[in-house]
Amino acid sequence: MSETKPINLIRNFAIIAHIDHGKSTLADRLIQSCGGLEAREMKEQVLDNMELERERGITIKAQTVRLSYTAKDGQTYQFNLMDTPGHVDFAYEVSRSLASCEGSLLVVDATQGVEAQTLANVYQAIDNGHEIIPVINKIDLPSADVERVKLQIEDVIGIDASDAVPVSGKSGINIDQLLEAIATRLPPPKGDASATTKALLVDSWYDSYLGVVILVRVIDGYLKKGQKIRFMGAATTREIDRVGIFTPKHVIVDVLGPGEMGFITASIKDIQDTKVGDTITDERNPCAEPLSGFKPSVPMVFCSLFPADSSEFEKLRESLGKLKLNDASLHYEAESSQALGMGFRCGFLGLLHMEIIQERLDREFDLDLIPTAPSVVYKVYTTNGESKELYNPVDMPDASRLEKIEEPWIKATIMTPDEYLGGLLQLCQERRGEQINLTYVGSRAMLEYLLPLNEVVFDFYDRLKSISRGYASFDYQLAEYREGNLVKMDVLVNQEPVDALAMVVHRSQAERRGRQLCERLKELIPRQMFKIAIQAAIGGKIIAREDIGALRKDVTAKCYGGDITRKRKLLDKQKEGKKKMRQYGNVDIPQSAFIAALRMGDEN
Amino acid sequence: MTGFYIHWPFCAAKCPYCDFNVHLRENIDQQQMLDTYIKEMEYVFARYKTPVSSVFFGGGTPSLMSPQTVGAIIDKIQALWGFKNDIEITLEANPNSSEAQKFADFKQAGINRVSIGVQSFNNERLKFLGRIHDGDAALKAVSSAAEIFDKFSFDLIYATPKQSLDEWKTELKQALQFAKGHMSLYQLTIEKGTKFYLSEARGDFVMPDEDTGADFYEVTQEIMSASGMPAYEVSNYAANEDHQSAHNLNYWRYGDYIGIGPGAHGRLTVNGNKIATRVHRAPDIWQQRIAEQGHAYEQWESLNDETQTHEKLMMGLRLVEGMKLPETIARTKIDTLCDEGFLLKDGELVKPTRKGLACHNAVVGYLLGGSNIHAAA
Repeated sequence: MSETKPINLIRNFAIIAHIDHGKSTLADRLIQSCGGLEAREMKEQVLDNMELERERGITIKAQTVRLSYTAKDGQTYQFNLMDTPGHVDFAYEVSRSLASCEGSLLVVDATQGVEAQTLANVYQAIDNGHEIIPVINKIDLPSADVERVKLQIEDVIGIDASDAVPVSGKSGINIDQLLEAIATRLPPPKGDASATTKALLVDSWYDSYLGVVILVRVIDGYLKKGQKIRFMGAATTREIDRVGIFTPKHVIVDVLGPGEMGFITASIKDIQDTKVGDTITDERNPCAEPLSGFKPSVPMVFCSLFPADSSEFEKLRESLGKLKLNDASLHYEAESSQALGMGFRCGFLGLLHMEIIQERLDREFDLDLIPTAPSVVYKVYTTNGESKELYNPVDMPDASRLEKIEEPWIKATIMTPDEYLGGLLQLCQERRGEQINLTYVGSRAMLEYLLPLNEVVFDFYDRLKSISRGYASFDYQLAEYREGNLVKMDVLVNQEPVDALAMVVHRSQAERRGRQLCERLKELIPRQMFKIAIQAAIGGKIIAREDIGALRKDVTAKCYGGDITRKRKLLDKQKEGKKKMRQYGNVDIPQSAFIAALRMGDEN
Repeated sequence: MTGFYIHWPFCAAKCPYCDFNVHLRENIDQQQMLDTYIKEMEYVFARYKTPVSSVFFGGGTPSLMSPQTVGAIIDKIQALWGFKNDIEITLEANPNSSEAQKFADFKQAGINRVSIGVQSFNNERLKFLGRIHDGDAALKAVSSAAEIFDKFSFDLIYATPKQSLDEWKTELKQALQFAKGHMSLYQLTIEKGTKFYLSEARGDFVMPDEDTGADFYEVTQEIMSASGMPAYEVSNYAANEDHQSAHNLNYWRYGDYIGIGPGAHGRLTVNGNKIATRVHRAPDIWQQRIAEQGHAYEQWESLNDETQTHEKLMMGLRLVEGMKLPETIARTKIDTLCDEGFLLKDGELVKPTRKGLACHNAVVGYLLGGSNIHAAA
């Protein structure tokens, strides 16, 4: 491939879809139809490389694939497909993907209809000036209702769905029709082949063979091997040592031209040297103005991660470092807890991001972790006129020195079948929500609420799913910081505060949460030789208390000559088990208690 | 002191709570068993010659042994190691009529104490426990033992599912009428690898919780004390020192003991080293190996000081008489446990209190360096 495609034959597009609406399967089908992979090479969801992505059916990292399609007009088009994450936590990745395309396929499940996350992403696509092709997927299912979904797209999103393409990614129905629509209905990119090189750094990741791989979208000019390039934002210069595309296999090409997408490598070892959204230009003949770029991602949710085995602290540090190679949005810094030893305070884009990082640490690095309760970033103003951002409840200044605390609020969009509306309204009210809007589309309600993020990070999503039996969908974006009546709640075990269990709560919720936590800990901490008092306290004031009675009997009934060896080994095992406990003050607290208490949900 | 333990690995039926080394056999060749035991004894004697101070036939169901087999083993012990005339020689027996009929013959063979696995006099509970005898047979066996032997003991199992505290009180008081100086009262424990383990996991029955178990234990201690048969060990009760089991006391005092027969364990002091021994569990392999190489020991190795301390403490603190704690145990820990009412000091001895007996595992675990302890605020 030494020639670049004439720009009018290039189509760059993204796929927008809710989780489970069949985006990855549809992408598979497009790749297969264009001969990107032989049937024998196809595995399900080829673009979802990570084990976790395939298993959970979600896309975490953006991917790009170049496809070759010969349309009815006899022309061979170059399609560049961006596979984008569907989840709100990865909205930042979505915005990058969308900025490098001219069109989007809006994929909606014919049996489910439009969901909250789809809505947010499609509006982003519209904001990016995308041409949108509605695609109604899973039409081969018996419960598919294409007409209803078309109406819904028009009602809820407000775009014309009359020529939506009905397809089945799974059975391959109407895939040809969709490919033809991409060629005829989406616009080609704009770009000037004769201008100086200008390309967008869409994404980058670390590959153990290639070093840092940079995903690019060329705007003007060309990128070729050996070219000296300049990263305008980072103000660094490199020499391109590879230019390539994904088909989805890695294929080395000579050059990337205007409108094209692909990757380059430039002997870069550290992903931190590549800033997503940066403009790449020619070193000798730079462009005048950089592209507008993206705003950096900001972590919204924080939690601490401690290795269950304290000797694995260094391993945790290394593992986080490795994950960070491919995930610039992950933030972490070392932290020390009296209860849990050395660990890291980590910042995440959202709850799913947090869960994914924890799961990857467990799976890919075999780390047994104790995560603390998720928390948000508070703005704390002290009486001496200073203010600071509070990332960890433990760092909360003494109440006497507090002027005020502000907490982040989000704007949440919830879509639900109307039979669950009552329960969801109640949930939002309980969580101090303020209703903005409630609209109906057929039998589905769209609910907009302002909610404090700290009420959402706890277990809001789980509750939403359980109230709606999984049918409601939820999306949010940061709205504002607001002053709140927030207090730090301590948990004391035999009068000693357990730092890992401290949390910031709204005063109106404190008593309920304190009581729940104490009750839960009572179930989780095994009886010991003495009585244990578990208390929740605000400042010096106890708001809840539970007692764990002393151990009464644990003796083995029979122990004779033949039992000694076995009983001794049992005792050794118990001693070993004790090592897995954290000694807090004078109480042994099993790790499982921390984990379960911190994952505690509302059970009322 | 050196105890001598003979394991007879056969039973007529397997009890659902039993995790001992037990095998069911239609026909047992008594002569072949005897020959094997004798050969095994000769092997041990070549390595350990300290005279024997007690003998115990356990199992399995050793009352299924022929009195001739029992007699020949006792004679062989006498011939090799030698023992005093007043030595305690115990045999475990099931309260089935056929076995009880052999009591006189066993006495003839040299047995002077029997320990009967009554478990309960209540037919319903016996059925639950999978015992093949009924309450009448148990009564007959106990009264026959009382006539024939100066010393005998029987076992009961309590805190079974659905048993109320009052039911147990009544049962225990009735049982006390038949006792003669010694009883073993065991709280039902579900062991891995037993039929009960599966049943409980399946939810066929629910075991009493820790508090209920503790209530049963306390009531048992009170009734036994009031009846003049106080506990001398966690689950063993005797009217006086004379009725206490000399053989078992030796285990708890961490004395030496020889163990022969399939799966038997031993602790032998040889050249100042404490040796732990364990015989192969399977009767056929045991027999074959002894025929071929003179022994069937799977383990014959010295225990290090730490392990010995561990075992000594674990066994000794089961005794009401207490023990002299090794120097390696921190005095502050002992003082803390005394302050908290788990232990009592009596001169050089440290004795477990009733609470200390009940919380034996925690006490031993704490002394050996596990858990922390502190008074509630």
